[in-house]
Amino acid sequence: MPASTDPDAVLSGGDEAGPPPPARATARTGMSWYEASARQRVAALCDAGTFAEFLGPTERRTSPHLPLFDLPRAFDDGIVVGRARLDGKPVLVAAQEGRFMGGAFGEVHGAKLIGLLRAALQVRPAAVLILFDTGGVRLQEANAGETAIAEAMRAIAALRAAGVPVIGLVGGRAGAYGGGGLIAGTCARLAVSESGRISVSGPEVIETNRGAEEFDSRDRALVWRTMGGKHRRLIGGADAFCDDTAAGFRAAALDLIARAPAFDLATLEAEQARLAARIARFGDCRDAAEIWARLGVNDPDAVPAMEAAAFAETVARVEEAHHDAR
Amino acid sequence: MTLAEILASLFPDGHAVRVADGLIGGDGPFAEGQATVIGVDGDTALGVEGALALARAVLDAVRVGDGARSADVDAGSARESARKQGLGAGDDRGAVGNGAKAPILVLVDSDSQRMSRRDELLGLNECLAHLAKALLLADQAGHPTVGLIYGHSAAGAFIATALATRVLAALPGADPSVMDLPSVARVTKLPLDKLQEMAKSTPVFAPGLDNMVATGAVHAVLDPGKPLAGQIRALIAEAAAEDVRDRLGAARGGRPVAQAVAEAVAAAALRG
Repeated sequence: MPASTDPDAVLSGGDEAGPPPPARATARTGMSWYEASARQRVAALCDAGTFAEFLGPTERRTSPHLPLFDLPRAFDDGIVVGRARLDGKPVLVAAQEGRFMGGAFGEVHGAKLIGLLRAALQVRPAAVLILFDTGGVRLQEANAGETAIAEAMRAIAALRAAGVPVIGLVGGRAGAYGGGGLIAGTCARLAVSESGRISVSGPEVIETNRGAEEFDSRDRALVWRTMGGKHRRLIGGADAFCDDTAAGFRAAALDLIARAPAFDLATLEAEQARLAARIARFGDCRDAAEIWARLGVNDPDAVPAMEAAAFAETVARVEEAHHDAR
Repeated sequence: MTLAEILASLFPDGHAVRVADGLIGGDGPFAEGQATVIGVDGDTALGVEGALALARAVLDAVRVGDGARSADVDAGSARESARKQGLGAGDDRGAVGNGAKAPILVLVDSDSQRMSRRDELLGLNECLAHLAKALLLADQAGHPTVGLIYGHSAAGAFIATALATRVLAALPGADPSVMDLPSVARVTKLPLDKLQEMAKSTPVFAPGLDNMVATGAVHAVLDPGKPLAGQIRALIAEAAAEDVRDRLGAARGGRPVAQAVAEAVAAAALRG
């Protein structure tokens, strides 16, 4: 079984991924983001035909470590990086492939993201987009993955300080877990779909360490309620909530690029105050529904089943969901 | 070394560093200024409250440093006018050394991130990222940030503290890891004895200080027999402006391909 720090995020995968069949991006903007591959997401997110991949599958930069574990490799090590245009403006894009080892950070996988982020400091694109789909660190390459996450966070901080918006999009099947959740928290803005999950410890990890009474990982409703897109959006852990489509994420990305906060003392002081207030106000809540009630949501129990339009109206009334403090 | 021994070696003239609920905070005279100290002691897990408490101390240091910079400019003008008037050299208080800001030392003997439903409900990823961002901002603002791992640390707690500093040092006996081998065995479904055998020749996945040094995550291992203050000062003086961890990993063999892959991607991006 492929492994990451969140075993829950690991789904079928491990086959050697080749290039996708050619197709028109416009035909794909309505497909499910959750179901799509990393390449399909990038192609549908960006202006049609503008994506050019760096170090693509034909270069065959595979993991030097997986064979030691008798595990298959992918020619892209589970991440796609390159340049494209978004509404005509140049962007750099990284997209993780959750179907290969849970999108987990291995040595090559991490290094591709680092190379892209470092180059962005010179390229100065209109934005860097990170399409998260990761269970965290790839345990077979744990030290390399962990270090790469730290390198990515340092590089993102440098980019943001230089005025380049770094925007995270979370809607993949593996979510943004472990170190992926920390990188997401370093981005200037985050868009999330209902099926996007953002957390550090995954459900199975908590259950393994603390028992099913603390977190029953088989209770899927609990997982979505605690870590899913709607909760993150309502408490201000994400800045946009969008449909599970490339068109939805594209619209969200364009909106978020235009209002990325500065990376300075004022922003971090505001984030400190925002997070401290959250803990003071909700620290005694046992369940997300209690938090939603205190946020002023009229019918908290209806949130999980709420349609996009109704949820947008709900979010609009919640003060905590709107801030520049990230 | 115990935390008390470490602090005595860092601050031979005394310090005001305290530990409460496993969190380290305070300051002490270091070089010609006052170093801020934060950290985690006693194998404590880092949760939402702890992360925010440490970030608070870092942001305070940044604000004081910004104030000192203005004061330093004023002091500079004062010195200049003093020089023109043939008076003394002026007062150097407020400035540290050659104008550098006060260091922030991050001392770590932690568990991993606190694993709980409540922490995730409250946005642990945001709180840990916030702490790391505070340290990265301090670094950008000119404060040398130095990590010192003297015990355990793992996963999210390690990333948010020690790995968010510019220079990470360790003491012999430190035990950083992503996940312990029995847990790796459980998740990977590989026999523990096979993993233990592989760990001897493959630093990229195995827990332990030597492997984190080989990966480049830990820059240097300090000599506990010599004063730590001087060794930390030397690390600050030698610190590179850029992130050198992948270069160290290539040179030490713990991350054989990361640097080359990152450079290849960057080169492609810059070809325009």
